[in-house]
Amino acid sequence: MSDTMLSFKDSSLRSAFWRGWWACAPFIFAAVPFGLLFGVVARNAGLDLLETMGMSVLVIAGAAQFTALSLLQDNASVFLALFAALAVNLRMAMYSAALVPHLGHAPMWQRAVMAYLMVDQAYAVAGREYELNPSMRPAEKVAYYFGAMLLICPLWYVATFTGAVLGQAIPPEWSLDFAAPICFIALIAPMLRSLPHIVAAFTSVVFAILFAPLPSGVGLLFAAFIAMIAGAETERRLARKAGQP
Amino acid sequence: MNMTPLEFWLFTAALGIGTFLIRFSFLGFLGGRTLPEWATRHLKYVGVAVLPALVTPMLLWPQATGGEIDPIRLIAALAAFLVGWRISVVGAIFAGMGTLWILQALL
Repeated sequence: MSDTMLSFKDSSLRSAFWRGWWACAPFIFAAVPFGLLFGVVARNAGLDLLETMGMSVLVIAGAAQFTALSLLQDNASVFLALFAALAVNLRMAMYSAALVPHLGHAPMWQRAVMAYLMVDQAYAVAGREYELNPSMRPAEKVAYYFGAMLLICPLWYVATFTGAVLGQAIPPEWSLDFAAPICFIALIAPMLRSLPHIVAAFTSVVFAILFAPLPSGVGLLFAAFIAMIAGAETERRLARKAGQP
Repeated sequence: MNMTPLEFWLFTAALGIGTFLIRFSFLGFLGGRTLPEWATRHLKYVGVAVLPALVTPMLLWPQATGGEIDPIRLIAALAAFLVGWRISVVGAIFAGMGTLWILQALL
């Protein structure tokens, strides 16, 4: 980041950084509760404070962290848990590809830092900004990106830490075991924005029930694979019906 | 969780590295190459394909009840879903946990 820092003498870069920072501010209300809950759930699953923080710092991807934790807790095989958690993160390959035209010019080490910090909310904010403001200079785009990420990512660590410390004090009557499924539902519901997404989610539920007798994690992967194809296939057929030959 | 600390750290390191490589892929070393149309079309649905399959058994057969179906949890899940769908992600968490606590206190 030192390039960005040095060129902070350049006021347009400084302003781009802070615009990114502020644009991400509403997501504080999403990142903080998720981080808190991850901290609580991880401690309840038997991780110590260092292990909980290690996961949030090394992975910084809430949905994948929850996925890994749930499967490990359910004694799924380690490889299945890893595979499922990485599958949840595959969407980020799309973000990575979408950011190339805007950030691909930055030096390698900066792109590595950007990749480490690539989280959903900040990607959504930066991607929209680049589309709405095509006149941004490349250096301003980099500054904007770092502004957006550097609000959310530190908050993710702090929230995890707080949850992990407080979590032990929460009595079992609060049923915090239910926080993980509730978080997943909160993540899924807004994804259902088109018919193919709804078909994929529905297929996923049906096959998860059919495959429930399989060992933990195995049914999940089969169900997810079938559901992914169902979603993509629905999209293709809808597009064809809409008039493409 | 049946893991030694060493196993946990190896697992977390692998997950961290794998996640980093996914994020770094195009920005880092695939540069100007683009994903073929069929690949983006499938990638779009990975999240919505994995997460419902993950959450379904947690809802139907929760560990906390010894695997018995718990109507209170199902109602709380429905509340979270409706709020998450129509209003907001964070609202969904409050609606889900709030409904669970209220019903558990009442019943």
